[in-house]
Amino acid sequence: MAFTGLFLILFLIVHASINACIFLNDGGKTFNEMARFMSHNWIMRFLELGLFAGLITHIIQGLMLWSQNKNARPVKYAYSQPNKNSKWYSRSMAILGTLLLLFLVMHLSHFYVDTKVALYVKGDAPHNLFEEMKEVFSVNWIVGLYVAGVIALFWHLYHGFQSAFQSLGFNHKKYTPLIKSIGFGYAIIICLLFASMPIAMFFDWIK
Amino acid sequence: MEHYHMNLTLKVWRQKNSKEQGKLETYQVKGISSEMSFLEMFDVLNEQLIVDGKEPIAFDHDCREGICGMCSMYINGQAHGPWQQNTTCQLHMRAFKDGDTITVEPWRSKAFPVLKDLVVNRSAFDRIIQAGGFISVNTGNAVDANAIAIDKKDADDAFMAAACIGCGACVATCKNGSAMLFVGAKVSQLALLPQGGPERESRVLNMVAQMDKEGFGNCTNTYACEAECPKGISVSNIARLNSEYLKAGLTTETK
Repeated sequence: MAFTGLFLILFLIVHASINACIFLNDGGKTFNEMARFMSHNWIMRFLELGLFAGLITHIIQGLMLWSQNKNARPVKYAYSQPNKNSKWYSRSMAILGTLLLLFLVMHLSHFYVDTKVALYVKGDAPHNLFEEMKEVFSVNWIVGLYVAGVIALFWHLYHGFQSAFQSLGFNHKKYTPLIKSIGFGYAIIICLLFASMPIAMFFDWIK
Repeated sequence: MEHYHMNLTLKVWRQKNSKEQGKLETYQVKGISSEMSFLEMFDVLNEQLIVDGKEPIAFDHDCREGICGMCSMYINGQAHGPWQQNTTCQLHMRAFKDGDTITVEPWRSKAFPVLKDLVVNRSAFDRIIQAGGFISVNTGNAVDANAIAIDKKDADDAFMAAACIGCGACVATCKNGSAMLFVGAKVSQLALLPQGGPERESRVLNMVAQMDKEGFGNCTNTYACEAECPKGISVSNIARLNSEYLKAGLTTETK
């Protein structure tokens, strides 16, 4: 969980950085070039396989954890007050992860199938991913779903970042508070960046 | 603090034995002193049940000083009740008000089957200790206590981990029924000291294997165990368990 989680955390930095090129206000020129590089460079395509392997492993590990943990308490408490001893998001990683998976299905069908899968099905054709993004994010409920997905991502990352270090056996009086702060900063920055993209495109703030 | 008396409604888990299904039963207790401990309140209720010709409620208790780890009630949705770093026997009735309803359940875990009413079988913990919670020493005269120099911080951390009384509140509290705080404490108290050196690798591997075999869940770092632990055992012991396990798993040659 921790290894794959940290790997996916690294991926999100790449993903958010490339997408942030839409804010350059150059009509999506830089962004489209980056997108073309990501879909045509064979090293990137190879790394992408690793990304999917990491994601699928993360999901399988999560499902195994969930089922083992569910079996560990066959009779539930009639009355329990978990809020007295732990945060809701730390207890909700499985449900947040499921929401993220549902979000990913929509997200990949919007942007992955059209660009990277289409390469093999329809052949290579010039793509204006920037314009496609604008079109997808012109619909208000889709923008709403993306923002909701990013909110789920925030809580998932906020717990997951520091949790990964604990699981790998790293807990230190000096560094753990630092890791927790970095995790919070990371989750805030990544999620604000991602949320601002559909919103900015919806309101036509980007040219 | 002012002394007062209270009348309470108790909802207590009653279960004949490990085979039969249990259910919550409601009882009224009157004139409970705010200076009684929670277990003394149960003594009053049990005496009343005996007078009424009913079966008294079975519950675990021993020292009633907060040091033995026998008492084990899940009170109003929290292991050992509402107070922090406190056992059920040291929970005093001044934590409650007149007219309160208190729900009392046994620890809930597959590895801790209910034997009767509020009594669960915690021998899974004993078997984890048997799997590796020991050290090798030479027989003969006891060695001088200060013969081996130990760093003060390591000695303190080992002592803090050794404060675990094995009550099982961590398992009862954890949403996953995980025993990693208990095992983390028991591995840490020996891993931190030179005396724990000889069996360092086999200890963590064997204890974790036994923990999994007993049917405990996995840690997802909600840290609820630390918040409810009557001895304030830190989750840094779980991180130490994880790193000991990773290191031992990577370097050991035994299968």
